[in-house]
Amino acid sequence: MPTLSLMPPEFSVVRDDNKCIKCLACVRQCGFDAQKYDAEDDRLYAIDANCVNCQRCVSICPAGALTIYKNPPPMRPNAHWTEGHLRNIVKQAETGGVLLTGMGNDQPFPTYFDRLLLNASQVTNPSIDPLREPMELRTYLGSRAEPVSREESKDKTSTPLVPIETPIMFSAMSYGSISHEAFESLARAAKAFGTLFNTGEGGLPEDLYEYADHAVVQVASGRFGVHAGYLNAGRVIEIKIGQGAKPGIGGHLPGEKITAPVAATRMIPEGTDALSPAPHHDIYSIEDLKQLIFTLKEATRYQKPVSVKISAVHNVAAIASGIARAGADIIAIDGFRGGTGAAPTMIRDHVGIPIELAIAAVDQRLREEGIRNRVSLVAAGGFRSSADVVKAIALGADAVYIATAALIALGCHLCQKCYTGKCSWGIATQDPYRSRRLNPEIGAERLYNLLRGWSHEIKEMLGGMGINSIESLRGNRLHLRGVGLNEVELKLLGVKHAGEGM
Amino acid sequence: MKKVYARPAYCMNCHLCEVNCIVAHSRSRDLFRAYKRENLRGTARLIVEERLPLSVAVQCRHCDDPRCVAGCISGAMVKDPETGIVYCQEDKCVGCWTCVVGCPFGAIRPGEKNGRPVPLKCDLCREAEGPACVAGCPNRALVFEERRAGA
Repeated sequence: MPTLSLMPPEFSVVRDDNKCIKCLACVRQCGFDAQKYDAEDDRLYAIDANCVNCQRCVSICPAGALTIYKNPPPMRPNAHWTEGHLRNIVKQAETGGVLLTGMGNDQPFPTYFDRLLLNASQVTNPSIDPLREPMELRTYLGSRAEPVSREESKDKTSTPLVPIETPIMFSAMSYGSISHEAFESLARAAKAFGTLFNTGEGGLPEDLYEYADHAVVQVASGRFGVHAGYLNAGRVIEIKIGQGAKPGIGGHLPGEKITAPVAATRMIPEGTDALSPAPHHDIYSIEDLKQLIFTLKEATRYQKPVSVKISAVHNVAAIASGIARAGADIIAIDGFRGGTGAAPTMIRDHVGIPIELAIAAVDQRLREEGIRNRVSLVAAGGFRSSADVVKAIALGADAVYIATAALIALGCHLCQKCYTGKCSWGIATQDPYRSRRLNPEIGAERLYNLLRGWSHEIKEMLGGMGINSIESLRGNRLHLRGVGLNEVELKLLGVKHAGEGM
Repeated sequence: MKKVYARPAYCMNCHLCEVNCIVAHSRSRDLFRAYKRENLRGTARLIVEERLPLSVAVQCRHCDDPRCVAGCISGAMVKDPETGIVYCQEDKCVGCWTCVVGCPFGAIRPGEKNGRPVPLKCDLCREAEGPACVAGCPNRALVFEERRAGA
């Protein structure tokens, strides 16, 4: 029996009738049916309850006639019972379900990047002008286990290093969770800039194999789309154990998103839910992981480095040590701000640890154990700017993965409704009416521009520190200073407080 | 000659090409004046045809041997021998709509301007710098380029 809904609209769509020319672009573009046109009355009106504030209508309106406002909290303000808690309780009272959400953790936990400051050269050592001096952003991913020698390597199990022209890669977003157009945008931009994109767990669509040499091909617990051709086509193979947004939780792509091309790529029947369980059913120990790593290396004749991606969790340093010893060439660590297409809200918001602390702890541990050279560290999870990238590298990362920032470059407005498949921007959808809104030519240009801009800024920051190569900054924590951090935090990050000298 | 080509794979059915066309052919060349004072709604010289999820903007192909020109009883419809643009000399049009009937693409519609008949058809914005529909398409679903015959 239907009952009274206690959920008031979260947003209000306000139309300036003086400006509106009734072109109906907003009606056609709203993916959530929040805009309606009454032809009989020649009147446009908004259904506020449907609005998710994705800003598609605002952006497309040629007259600038639309504004979306956040409605005040539905009840009297209360610091303990925040609006988010109230809405969640009402929603669950009405549905009895697990709360779902998309994108990364949006809770006000501290962001350590904002409490870290970078060094700059002054008189005693010169800074470098990147406009006049060469500045090296190329970095190499993989295991550097072999000592430098004139002799040919005897180790037949070593895999080649993979160069990337900037220490920024596109993180895993599967075909299925994002549209073919978004996926192609990432692939094209990665190839154009000389970096890597990550296929996620959904395989690589056949028509995009021309970009495979710039792909990190992922093997997740569902093994979707994994076959010998796929493994051998990619540049790096990544075993996905965990994801920052939902550590310990598996993936679930609903059947509605499994269209014929997605089904063909994933090698599953059309319209069936794609479930990738939380554990790999053949991995219950580091020894099991080692077996999978070497199975994949064997399958690719030791030509592809193998990466293992884990979520940043409490014991991450010891876990990473085990992974390095299991033969991984790259360890990707995804912090608790990492994004997702769909996750239980409570998991996303309350599980995991910040990437800044995780990467510092792992780098430190691997150095102490003398095995830091065996693996490259890739940091992921909520990188917002080139400054975050530089700080992560100074904390010990070799490179970073970006995904949310890339989606924002493609048009995403973080409405957090990816799991509905209705994305008005044509990104997190398989609906052909919506996905065609993202032209991969434009998408690739925007992503390329983002990489170009960040890379320029990284060069400027490196120059300011008097460093001319990104690899010289890796783990160079003397170039960081903490502000407003307590002793434990400073110790974990391995940085001194601002004001302390060298 | 350079023509406007539609790329249906990227047409997102926003109809902003029609809005840009209307503004480009308005007296004021201003969005608000065109819609609010000149009342030009529905006078776009191209039409977005929809069979969702597909949509595509249909407009004059500026044929080599245009039937609209051949059929025009008053000599208003002409093909510019230099540019190849097919356009209507509006002061000569008598509103017989033979051009509308003759167009194999359905790219001409009957219209009216200041009490006179005007065929609503694309003139490639010949008095401006390139077609407004192409310039304003938010997803590059329209391109203005030269293609080989039969391509």
